[in-house]
Amino acid sequence: MFEKALVGTRRYYGVLGFLLLLSGIGFFIYLKQLDFGLGITGMSRDVSWGFYIAQFTYLVGVAASAVMVVLPLYLHDYKAFGRIAILGEFLAVAAVSMCMLFIIVDLGKPSRLFNVLLHPTPNSVLFWDMIVLNGYLFLNIVCGWTVLQAERNEVPPPRWLKPFIYIAIPWAPSIHTVTAFLYAGLPGRGYWLTAIMAPRFLSSAFAAGPALLVLLCLLVRKYTKFDPGREQIQTLAKIVTYAILINVFFFFCEIFTVFYSQIPDHMLHFQYLFAGLEGKGKLVPLMWVSIVGMTITAILLIIPSVRKNETTLAVACAAVIVTTWIDKGMGLITGGFVPNPFEGVTEYFPTMPEALITLGVWAIGFLILTMLYKIAVSVKEEIRA
Amino acid sequence: MSISRRDFLRIAGFSTLFGLGAKSAFEMLAPGELEAKLTPNPKALSAQRWAMVVDMRKLNEQTAEKCIEACHRVHNVPDFEDPIDPKDKIDPEEKIRWEVKWIWKEKYEHAFPGQAEVAIPEKIHKLNFLLLCNHCDNPPCVRVCPTKATWKREDGVVMMDQHRCIGCRYCMAACPYGARSFNWRDPRPFIKGDDESYPTREIGVVEKCNFCAERLAKGQLPACVEVSKGALTVGDLNDAKSKVRELLRTNFTIRRKTQLGSNPQVYYIV
Ligand code: SF4
Ligand code: SF4
Ligand code: SF4
Repeated sequence: MFEKALVGTRRYYGVLGFLLLLSGIGFFIYLKQLDFGLGITGMSRDVSWGFYIAQFTYLVGVAASAVMVVLPLYLHDYKAFGRIAILGEFLAVAAVSMCMLFIIVDLGKPSRLFNVLLHPTPNSVLFWDMIVLNGYLFLNIVCGWTVLQAERNEVPPPRWLKPFIYIAIPWAPSIHTVTAFLYAGLPGRGYWLTAIMAPRFLSSAFAAGPALLVLLCLLVRKYTKFDPGREQIQTLAKIVTYAILINVFFFFCEIFTVFYSQIPDHMLHFQYLFAGLEGKGKLVPLMWVSIVGMTITAILLIIPSVRKNETTLAVACAAVIVTTWIDKGMGLITGGFVPNPFEGVTEYFPTMPEALITLGVWAIGFLILTMLYKIAVSVKEEIRA
Repeated sequence: MSISRRDFLRIAGFSTLFGLGAKSAFEMLAPGELEAKLTPNPKALSAQRWAMVVDMRKLNEQTAEKCIEACHRVHNVPDFEDPIDPKDKIDPEEKIRWEVKWIWKEKYEHAFPGQAEVAIPEKIHKLNFLLLCNHCDNPPCVRVCPTKATWKREDGVVMMDQHRCIGCRYCMAACPYGARSFNWRDPRPFIKGDDESYPTREIGVVEKCNFCAERLAKGQLPACVEVSKGALTVGDLNDAKSKVRELLRTNFTIRRKTQLGSNPQVYYIV
């Protein structure tokens, strides 16, 4: 089937070429980073994780959200999703690939990556994260590819696939839970030290991932002969709506505990993000856009007519993606490190090289996504013809 | 036995490949010799549980500076204020971001955040506390490291293996005391000294105070203790007759952030 990724229209080649160019630029700057060190980023002794780890965290969520298509299909026998399950699974494959690349570009000594395997350390959450991510990548490639191949040959999927499909369902929330545990178990970081971290991660993921899938479905319909289906998109829209509502609810639960208890270790981080500390507050406007935007979008999505109109739905989905991205991709990591353990404020903002490397990794991810979607859509078109 | 360095490396490499490790290469080439070479120096200082007491009554500004200077000199810690070649000068913002420090000064309210009392004596506010890795008895940094590049020795010293560290910086996020530094760039243009007792670091690894493990092994006190004019004391917490226990018995001491359960082992007399 892979050959289908290699032939296409001029527009298809154009998209691939553009993404290749972006990833090439990113790779070139990454070579500079290898040479000089991570000092070319905005990270510091005080804010020792930044944009890379934040993107990683966001994308683990996108990857996990594939379960929102697979679960109704296989556990509730919701047949309509059979049409788009492959789109969810291939989105997960692309997202997990980006996650791994973001971990690698964040390492100070990428050449020693395999030390994690040579000296396995079960008490480290990072060790488990590596296991669940690799496992999830494997499961999605196997399930997605095999089902698609069966579909192409117009036979039912082989029986041996069943266990993999069922394992993949609980595996999905596990990757994002383990990723939340990376942060939620650290004693000195009040912003992260909360049991709602994993639930919040999951709710924002199950909003952002399906929202991205809605947009991708609309694109697929517009540019190919395969229609993912109106019902499918509407069901996804409902999932987005409930997930984003729950996410806003979780956020306010956290706000209540932090501000009613008035414990400075927890409160100062929120104050930095939403009001600024010691006159420093680079992220304040962004954080307000995120939370106000997210709340308004959640309320709008409840209105059936907003959801049913595919134009307003697309706008709402874009808003969900952007606002959850600011929350996780900008606020989460920096907010945890500011103020530092001495209650001092060192700010962080990504530098140009850092942003370009990040863009490069996203481009590689979308390159993988475009090629996988091309294969899936070609097969679907072929069956219909 | 005569064997060239190259041959040795080749055999060691192969035996590593087959999961035998370098030790078995030694065994193959010179049976029994390795054990003999690894016996500790009889003069080495040892303890069941190392701990440090910082007596702030004896620590004045110059002594504190001396301690910092001594530590950073013997451990080849870069000074970004002061490049060897003036051409390598960096701007103040980068100095803050890239800073590497093993032991440093901090005011009371920053060293003990959340503990600032309203009516604290004026002199405490003026004090500069010396901060360093606490060699926690329950160290969060060790808990999170995915490669065991940082680990706790049996005598309580929390060590760093800069040759194993992958530079993921998880330990920096986990340490509640800000005791760890990362090599954001090549430190060598900023290392004036040529102390060979401790190797300089490469780009991309984490480092911190190692309780002068390399000096203890030779029977020397930690460099900071040596120049502290009695303000810093190290000793065995498990030995009721040690100097450290004596100080803890006769003085009221405080530790940083004990509520976090990491059980820090640097005690301050104020
Ligand atoms: S002070 Fe920090 S680096 Fe030192 S042992 Fe404790 S947690 Fe680890
Ligand atoms: S940066 Fe090095 S020492 Fe720290 S957790 Fe990662 S591998 Fe371990
Ligand atoms: S004990 Fe040694 S390594 Fe630690 S601060 Fe003192 S001199 Fe530096």
